[in-house]
Amino acid sequence: MSSMILRRLNWGLMAGIVAAGLGLSSYAGAAQELRIGFIAPLTGPFSQVGKDMVNGFQMYLDEVGSDFAGAKVTFIVEDEEAKPPVAVRKAEKLIRQDKVQLFAGGLLASTGYALAPVSTRLKTVYVVSTPAADDLTQRDAAKYPYIVRTGWTSSQPSHPFGEWACQQGFKRIVAVGADFAFGHEVVGGFQKAFESCGGRIIQKIWPPLGTIDFGPYIPTIKKDADAIFTLMAGPMSLQFPKQLASAGIRLPVLGGGTSYDEFVLPSMGDEVIGHISALQYSAALDTPKNDAFVKKYREKYGKVPSYYSEGNYTAAQMIHEVMKKTKGKWPGTEQFVKLLSSVQLETPRGPVRIDEMKNPVHNVYIRIVRKKKEHGYDKDELWNSVVKTYPNVGQFWKYPKEEFLKQPVYSRDYPPCKYCE
Amino acid sequence: MKDGHAPRRKLLIIIAAMLAVLVLTPFSGSYVIVLVTHALIFAILAMSLDILLGYTGLPSLGQAAYLGMGAYLTAILATRFQFGLDGTFWVVVVLGMLIGAATAALFGLFAIQASGVYFLMITLALGMCVWGLAYRWNSLTGGDNGIVLPPRPAFGIELADDVTYFYLVFGFFAVSLVMMAILVRSPFGRSLVGIRENELRMRILGYNTWLHKYIAFIIAGGFGGLAGVLWAHAHGLVSPEDVVLATSVDALLMVVLGGPGTLVGGAIGAGIVVFLREYLSTLVPWWQYVLGGVYVLTILYLPGGLMSIPERIRGSRALSRRARETKNLQTSPH
Amino acid sequence: MDTQFWVIQAFNGVSYGALLFLLASGLSLIFGVMRIVNLAHGSFFLLGGYVALTVIWTTGSWLLALPVAALVVAVVGLLMERVFLRPLGFDPLRQVLLSVGFAYLFQQAALDIWGGDNLDIVPPDMLKESAVVGGFYFPMYRVFMIGMALVMGLILWLTMEKTRIGAMVRATVDDSEMARGVGIDTSRVSMFIFALGAFLAGLGGVIGGAFLGVYPGLDFAILPIAFAVVIIGGMGSLAGAAVGSLLVGLADNFGKALFPEISYFTLYAPMVLILALKPTGLFGRE
Repeated sequence: MSSMILRRLNWGLMAGIVAAGLGLSSYAGAAQELRIGFIAPLTGPFSQVGKDMVNGFQMYLDEVGSDFAGAKVTFIVEDEEAKPPVAVRKAEKLIRQDKVQLFAGGLLASTGYALAPVSTRLKTVYVVSTPAADDLTQRDAAKYPYIVRTGWTSSQPSHPFGEWACQQGFKRIVAVGADFAFGHEVVGGFQKAFESCGGRIIQKIWPPLGTIDFGPYIPTIKKDADAIFTLMAGPMSLQFPKQLASAGIRLPVLGGGTSYDEFVLPSMGDEVIGHISALQYSAALDTPKNDAFVKKYREKYGKVPSYYSEGNYTAAQMIHEVMKKTKGKWPGTEQFVKLLSSVQLETPRGPVRIDEMKNPVHNVYIRIVRKKKEHGYDKDELWNSVVKTYPNVGQFWKYPKEEFLKQPVYSRDYPPCKYCE
Repeated sequence: MKDGHAPRRKLLIIIAAMLAVLVLTPFSGSYVIVLVTHALIFAILAMSLDILLGYTGLPSLGQAAYLGMGAYLTAILATRFQFGLDGTFWVVVVLGMLIGAATAALFGLFAIQASGVYFLMITLALGMCVWGLAYRWNSLTGGDNGIVLPPRPAFGIELADDVTYFYLVFGFFAVSLVMMAILVRSPFGRSLVGIRENELRMRILGYNTWLHKYIAFIIAGGFGGLAGVLWAHAHGLVSPEDVVLATSVDALLMVVLGGPGTLVGGAIGAGIVVFLREYLSTLVPWWQYVLGGVYVLTILYLPGGLMSIPERIRGSRALSRRARETKNLQTSPH
Repeated sequence: MDTQFWVIQAFNGVSYGALLFLLASGLSLIFGVMRIVNLAHGSFFLLGGYVALTVIWTTGSWLLALPVAALVVAVVGLLMERVFLRPLGFDPLRQVLLSVGFAYLFQQAALDIWGGDNLDIVPPDMLKESAVVGGFYFPMYRVFMIGMALVMGLILWLTMEKTRIGAMVRATVDDSEMARGVGIDTSRVSMFIFALGAFLAGLGGVIGGAFLGVYPGLDFAILPIAFAVVIIGGMGSLAGAAVGSLLVGLADNFGKALFPEISYFTLYAPMVLILALKPTGLFGRE
């Protein structure tokens, strides 16, 4: 009797051990899940930009079948309506409810400044793929141990641009910039470099973000300037050059990259031909990698990729690189940050590596809007044609890091308008 | 007979519901805790509005302004003066209520002279002024960017912990509810109801109705400011979006949906609206149909709000009972 | 600040005011006749833009889009009034909340039908030019906006002053009980006015669409400005809507140009002043 029970127990025990062993091994070999949260504006004035962001990331996921070195990627997208409080709310939901291991995206610099504390508070990795807010990787970097930026800082392209503008012979420039952190920082960076080389910003005008009617602002632009430097974002980028032309202003126009980025360029008219800008990407970039990227993106989504598309495509690729190193296993928040900070990659925008403050170092391109045929397409279209490349541009440009960090962050009043008339 | 037990039964139900929220929430998952905290904060705002709308008959379309004042004050003190991040938090609470009350005192001078539709318009306009300032006074309010707050205060208790903060907010909610309940049952509160019913009569009886309304307005503003302080720390970010017109309208809906003149109705309404906005919106893309539908259906079919449902059921039951009794009388043989 | 600055800024302010007139006149009339605070008015404006886009996409005609979009919005307004607002009777609070409910429904429906993108109404090439007068550049589209507002204003004024229905409207605004007393069907008048208000807003949306864009969120963004005009100009008065929109257009423009820091304040400060001194607005009646 008892031997029967004993034998049953033995069988049971053995069965149990085998089952456990099978279970363990299947667990070890089972597909790890990588849950990525993504925040972008899907409705409202910036929705086209948001779409580009999502599409860029999604295209990379589709290329690798949502498989990051064995980890199955679950990609959850939330709409932030280009409003920082909504972005914070969605981030909280992604982290608390959807249990994402990392989140990426956010559009505006102000959104970046609002999401970074969330990443610290809830100890979750934030891959800053688009927001360019300077201080996230400069003066406030210590506050945000779990963020890694794969995009850019607002002033990063402005520094070489300012130097270039001065070398071209421009001496007196009027700045018209959208009145928010991003606008201040892009203009500020340009001003610093332009003035260190001998140029002067003689006027600064700040239309609020979202201004569509520039009627109050355009007539105040000083007529005797050499050029206008404009920083527009979203719907402003489309309207400002139109209204500038309607008002009969014929000055040369320089601008921040988002003023002419491909998210809006196809909708613009001939009024922007000859306008010059600086950014770490242009769809017209003539490299084999970018050629393939543009063709594939255009075929898939019906439009030329913008820097928003490229930025998020590259972010996805960099995350994949990290997962390759960990063989598909989530390495935990701190380790992930360390690994992502050491990634070096050839991307559609060129070579990218991350500096010690967790911001990318990459090429900056000076581009002029030209109407021509590019990448073998047979129609004349507007492209940001690259006329000069500055390689290996970091967020501090040629300025020593300590000195740069000692100066305040670029704002409406910094650098001060010494030569304003 | 049954009606005599109803108030006591209602009180028991309310206490039971509150206890349920208090006990169950900490175990409900991290996101639910955050949502309930938000709902409780808006409940305070809605109840403050109920004092104006439900009890005094003043429909204010600008209540979010006081939440905004309290929230911005908290944020500015925390970021510029590093004040309010420890035991001084309680000082900020008082200051928040004061600034809400002071703003209401100022606005009330413009608004109280009006009534009905004009009151709606004026309070809407005043609320918009606060929004306009928040949006464009960049140097003070950060404009569009808003103000990001440092981590929540710690004074022996770590408010940074979400559950702890929930308890704190719950405490404020409970105390506010009790204080407002006492207020509306007091002679002052009853005279407010009298004003709502027939202001002319109250004036003839010798009441200074302007002053009564003004004081009610100030008290509502004070509680609005309190909600603002709690909101700033709950969210960690204060921005002009918090004082936009839609927030004031939402507050009105919360009161109307729950049932004006019931206080708790506002809390229930707050729960529903917060749930719709912050939870349903993450589940389905067409949640705004539900929100709009709730607005429309409530207005059309539920004028007394949700709290009036038990009475309606009781009322219709009483009606049918009486109908039956009448029929019995008629059919019973004599 | 030379003369060119003042001239151009004044012109810009007036053209903006013209757009506001289309938007606010409807709101003001609705309020004057029906005492309804219509928070769905911004939605009417936005719907006008969206419907116009559909018309342009299907027929290619911008000219056709103007009346068609305005009429469609008028019908929507009519239905809203007839089916939903009418049964409520006179209940300002509930009417406001009902109109908000509809605003949310419209917003979601627009999102489902037209998507979330920021769209642009492209006017015919003729209007994209600028008229050059004495060295000043006047964009033709702005001239068109002013022209449109003048024409609509004139039509409205003639209707109100010279026609029978206009007389009925004026009577109802002055004293609706008396109007009923003399046999005016005030509910018919209300229906007409609400539809007219929606029509004007929709028309404004088509015209404004080239100027402001058409995107979700525009409805609630434009609403506060419309209310500022109505409050300043006076509720229920056409003259008030005209003067109010002019004032707001100019104040907004000059405010942004001269005092950009506090530009919203320059917009809302006159509003608060009016509320303090004459709450019914410059031309409003008790």
